[in-house]
Amino acid sequence: MSEAGGLDLRYPIGGLFLVLGLILTGYGVLTAGNTAMYARATSVNINLWWGVAMLVFGAFMWGMAVRAGRRKA
Amino acid sequence: MPVAQLTSLDYVIMAIYFAVVLGIGWALRRRMRTSTDFLVSGRSLPPWVTGLAFLSANLGAQEVIGMGASGAKYGMATSHFYWIGAIPAMVFVGIFMMPFYYGSRARSVPEYLKLRFDEKTRTLNAVSFAAMTIFSSGVSMYAMGKLLNLLLGWDFGTSVLVSAAIVLAYVLLGGLTSAIYNEVLQFFMIVFGFAPLVWLGLRSVGGWDGLTAKLAEAAVAKGLPAGAYSHAWQGMGSATTNPIGVEWFGLVMGLGFVLSFGYWCTDFLVVQRAMAADSMTAARRTPLIAAVPKMLFPFLVILPGMIALVLSAGAGDGQGIIPAKLAAGGGPLLDSAGRIVLDYDLATPMMLVKLFPSGMLGLGLTALIASFMSGMAGNVTAFNTVWTYDIYQTHMRRGASDAHYLWMGRAATVGGIALSVAAAYVAGAFNNIMDFLQLIFAFVNAPLFATFAMGMFWRRSTGHGAFTGLVSGMAAAALHHGFTLASGSVPGVKGGFFGLLHTYPSELAQTFWTAIASFTTCLAVTVLVSVVTRPRPEEELRGLVYSLTPRPTDNTLRWIDRPATLAIGVLAMTVLLNFIFA
Repeated sequence: MSEAGGLDLRYPIGGLFLVLGLILTGYGVLTAGNTAMYARATSVNINLWWGVAMLVFGAFMWGMAVRAGRRKA
Repeated sequence: MPVAQLTSLDYVIMAIYFAVVLGIGWALRRRMRTSTDFLVSGRSLPPWVTGLAFLSANLGAQEVIGMGASGAKYGMATSHFYWIGAIPAMVFVGIFMMPFYYGSRARSVPEYLKLRFDEKTRTLNAVSFAAMTIFSSGVSMYAMGKLLNLLLGWDFGTSVLVSAAIVLAYVLLGGLTSAIYNEVLQFFMIVFGFAPLVWLGLRSVGGWDGLTAKLAEAAVAKGLPAGAYSHAWQGMGSATTNPIGVEWFGLVMGLGFVLSFGYWCTDFLVVQRAMAADSMTAARRTPLIAAVPKMLFPFLVILPGMIALVLSAGAGDGQGIIPAKLAAGGGPLLDSAGRIVLDYDLATPMMLVKLFPSGMLGLGLTALIASFMSGMAGNVTAFNTVWTYDIYQTHMRRGASDAHYLWMGRAATVGGIALSVAAAYVAGAFNNIMDFLQLIFAFVNAPLFATFAMGMFWRRSTGHGAFTGLVSGMAAAALHHGFTLASGSVPGVKGGFFGLLHTYPSELAQTFWTAIASFTTCLAVTVLVSVVTRPRPEEELRGLVYSLTPRPTDNTLRWIDRPATLAIGVLAMTVLLNFIFA
């Protein structure tokens, strides 16, 4: 896939979600067991679970970009 | 006193997002060599990118905040704005109209009008469109500044100026490509920022069953059928038995046909995204790819409003999630019957603040701010193109070097953002942003679809016909609005300024019928004037009119890749959704 200016958009998307996912997952692990903090979120550690979801999506986007780059080379 | 306190982690998340946004602009800066690179992306983007941008360009304040507000006000019936009011038009523009926009090599929608009709029709469209983009952008910035002030205690002026500066930086660096890339990024931010909100919201009201049970109580309390808030089609037979106050004919014709086709098929803001695609097939698939997430968006943006309605019910007006609208004196605003008026525009933002802990709150707010900013960027990138090609190059300076027009495109970006900031300070005073924008679209866009449909599908229509049709369509919209009023409204900006001939059950009904009046007038006048004026020779109209243009051949594509296959799939899914939530 040819991308404008050689910038495959999947790299910045993948990178952003990997970094944000890592931050939220880490924060979720650190605050696990803090029932007062997660009471508002129906007692779900949303930072942890959603952080993991974002990590998976970020890795998928990054992987797609790497695969497309290899095929072109 | 701000509603929410952000932690430094929330600020870090915001900062990372904006660093990536600016980084994309920076990475694209060397690509911007000619005015077409800067203003129309040099027709170089793959369809998944233009498709998500097509969707996302429309995903500004009016969508996320306005649809949440409508969800709290009207319930599930708000999904008509998607399933009736967007999908059919998106399929139509992709299959039938894109061949002319993309195939004619026009650089903008007004330029197509110049190729098909004449200069005056183009100029009328270009000028009204340019004014509308600035206005929309200003409304978006105003809403953002007000919201951030209320939620976080940020200064209104600072929020507006800082976000304007960020948009200015990435559009100046990377032009339309940068705006489109950031729209795609923002699409994923909205999905990831709002999906957990819906999930947690549903959990807090006892799932979908809990939600419908509580919505039934709220509907009965208002004297509506029990399913009025949780079903899209219940009570649509008459305007008095459904929450939006419109009967099915006004809904399908006004919203589903005139307003929706007027917007999705002729508005350069969205069509520009498809015109940046790298091939004809990609351009035609752009709106179809956009339609897939579009039909699922009600669950993302309307449900938070409906959940907020349930969480507010029984708490006393203005005491639940949705706060009371404040009067000028600081106390709650009361309507003519002495009841507290709720500030529905705050339904979705308040849900975010009430349900998300620190961390997720930063992500959700970033998604919200991102949607405001990409709405602004979308308007500005459409404005600078129309200004440079359709107004400046046509009327002020013809035949200058391309470098000059590239410079003008950049200058128009700065000017457009400055005007938007000015408009942000002027805007305000409406209960629901969506109703107001629909009204503006009704005046300017409603006659437009008649003009384009005539131009593309009737070879006999002429420039004089199109121009007089457009002008009389806009006049008909103003006249209809001026002579009618929604029940409960006072004469003035809401209508009735010429006198009162008819009263509609709701503002939406009035807006939809304004659009119908405008469209019908434009169509009739265009036909009448065309018949008595001289048509253009047929050889000049090749590639511009349906009957004189070879059909795009998709036979070389695998059946699964053909636009028609995608179109049928999209329509079938939409019909299915309507049945499930009928």
